[in-house]
Amino acid sequence: MTADFTLAELMICAAAEAWRADGEILATGIGTLPRIAAGLARLTFADGLMLTDGEAMLTEEPVPLGAGGAERPGFSGWMPYGRVFGVLWQGRRHAMVTPVQIDRWAQANISCLGPFHRPKVQMLGVRGFPGNSISHRNSMLVPAHSRRVFVEGEVDVVSSVGFSDRRWPEGMRRPEIRIGIVVTDLCVMDFAGPGNAARVRSLHPGVTFDEVQAATGFPLVTAPDLGPTPAPTTAQLEIIGRLDPRGQRATAVRGNPPGIRRAVA
Amino acid sequence: MNKETDLAGAVAQLESGMTVGIGGWGARRKPMALVRAILRSDLTDLTLVAYGGPEIGMLCAAGKVRRLVYGFVSLDAIPLEPYFRKAREAGAVAVSELDEGLLLLGLRAAAEGVPFAPTRVGLGSDVLTYNPDLRTVASPYDPADILLAMPAIRLDAALIHVNRADRRGNTQTDGPDPYFDELFARAAARVIVTAEEVHDRLDRSHPGLVQRSLFDRGLVTAVVATPFGAHPTTMHDRYGTDMAHLSAYVASAAEDRGWASYMADWVVPGEAAYLDRAGGTEALARLPVPQF
Repeated sequence: MTADFTLAELMICAAAEAWRADGEILATGIGTLPRIAAGLARLTFADGLMLTDGEAMLTEEPVPLGAGGAERPGFSGWMPYGRVFGVLWQGRRHAMVTPVQIDRWAQANISCLGPFHRPKVQMLGVRGFPGNSISHRNSMLVPAHSRRVFVEGEVDVVSSVGFSDRRWPEGMRRPEIRIGIVVTDLCVMDFAGPGNAARVRSLHPGVTFDEVQAATGFPLVTAPDLGPTPAPTTAQLEIIGRLDPRGQRATAVRGNPPGIRRAVA
Repeated sequence: MNKETDLAGAVAQLESGMTVGIGGWGARRKPMALVRAILRSDLTDLTLVAYGGPEIGMLCAAGKVRRLVYGFVSLDAIPLEPYFRKAREAGAVAVSELDEGLLLLGLRAAAEGVPFAPTRVGLGSDVLTYNPDLRTVASPYDPADILLAMPAIRLDAALIHVNRADRRGNTQTDGPDPYFDELFARAAARVIVTAEEVHDRLDRSHPGLVQRSLFDRGLVTAVVATPFGAHPTTMHDRYGTDMAHLSAYVASAAEDRGWASYMADWVVPGEAAYLDRAGGTEALARLPVPQF
């Protein structure tokens, strides 16, 4: 049984699936929707996941967004950044991030746009993306699927590594690069097509493959079982409401559209 | 033994051209009072190493920086640092943009006295493209294991802000995360500690908090009392980020003489005037510590 739901809530439920088979690892959802999604996964089908309070503590109960004081749960462990590096270099983590650019090789960029030595737009720097991407599985969430994000060529600065051959040292035994899912406002994708091609796994209600392809700067293939992205259940929506009691998810996708698109006139 | 001095005495331990590491993380527990003292000084040509926050933007805006070594520069709740952006987009500073973990490994190598740390971090990414001095090594045990040799990042000085210190150089922090301050301290030839409170002997005044110590006092060369010295960044659990101040700082970067005004209003008059202008210590103590 389903209720009315927003596109953001549909994306949260789709994003939670990233962690379904992960077992007892650190789940890091960076940003509003990924963080709610990690909490939803933990509370529904992924009991083993370890979550932080967004800072340095591990918690067995996901911290609601914006929660202060008595709303915050007790802590079960200590996870300062020094330990985060220990965990991630072991590969015992799965992050979901929102890169500014993603390319056909699943490489992603958060460093800067334009030429590196004099960028058009300086952003954050590569942060932990190089080490994360060579160490553990990473998923992505993109709130506005477009050719500006899914670029035609390579991303401007390869911050997280993917399936391109260009930058690996000669003679190096290549590490396994693990890309999870890519949840956008149009669809769910992965990079499990032939030769690690980007592949559409499900389309959000009312979205066609051609629309997704038109908004993507590189060719897409379809998964054999391509279907609609499942609608949230009332149980999921109830948990999402508890994890985000102040409704921050309403500002995560532009215009906070409904989950089922109205027919275009 | 008494290492206590004032901000001028601490700045006197620094020289133009030095490589200076700055503790804390983003907009958290940054030694901002000492940064303001550097802004007022004639120090220049600095290489800064940091998990960067507003100190990076300010020192760039003031023309103090030759080179930046960083994994990120951010104001946390405000993701992009405005004056760091300006400096980068003008090509005004040389940079070594590193993965956050590579920065850790470079500091650790310096702390351990080895020339480099072997790691997979950075391989396959543009970190190697834009840091052409980085080299790889083949494992002596299996030549198909090719690793990045992250060179030691040796610091001339580390600047670290803590909740409490004593005159002998012992330190304590109350925050949930010590960040990488110990590595900055061990990688450095001298360590300047600024503290919300300086006591005579922490073993006598705060003996129950010894596990909040960041590192052994023998590393520390100067201790300075700077109440609210992390402002406008967060100082767990004493006060939080001053978002209004940071927003005004960000807005100043869009104005013609924005940095000159910020310097004149906030930095030049000195630390006592700074705290008054920021609302006074009672108001600052009420700034909520951000929760994520």
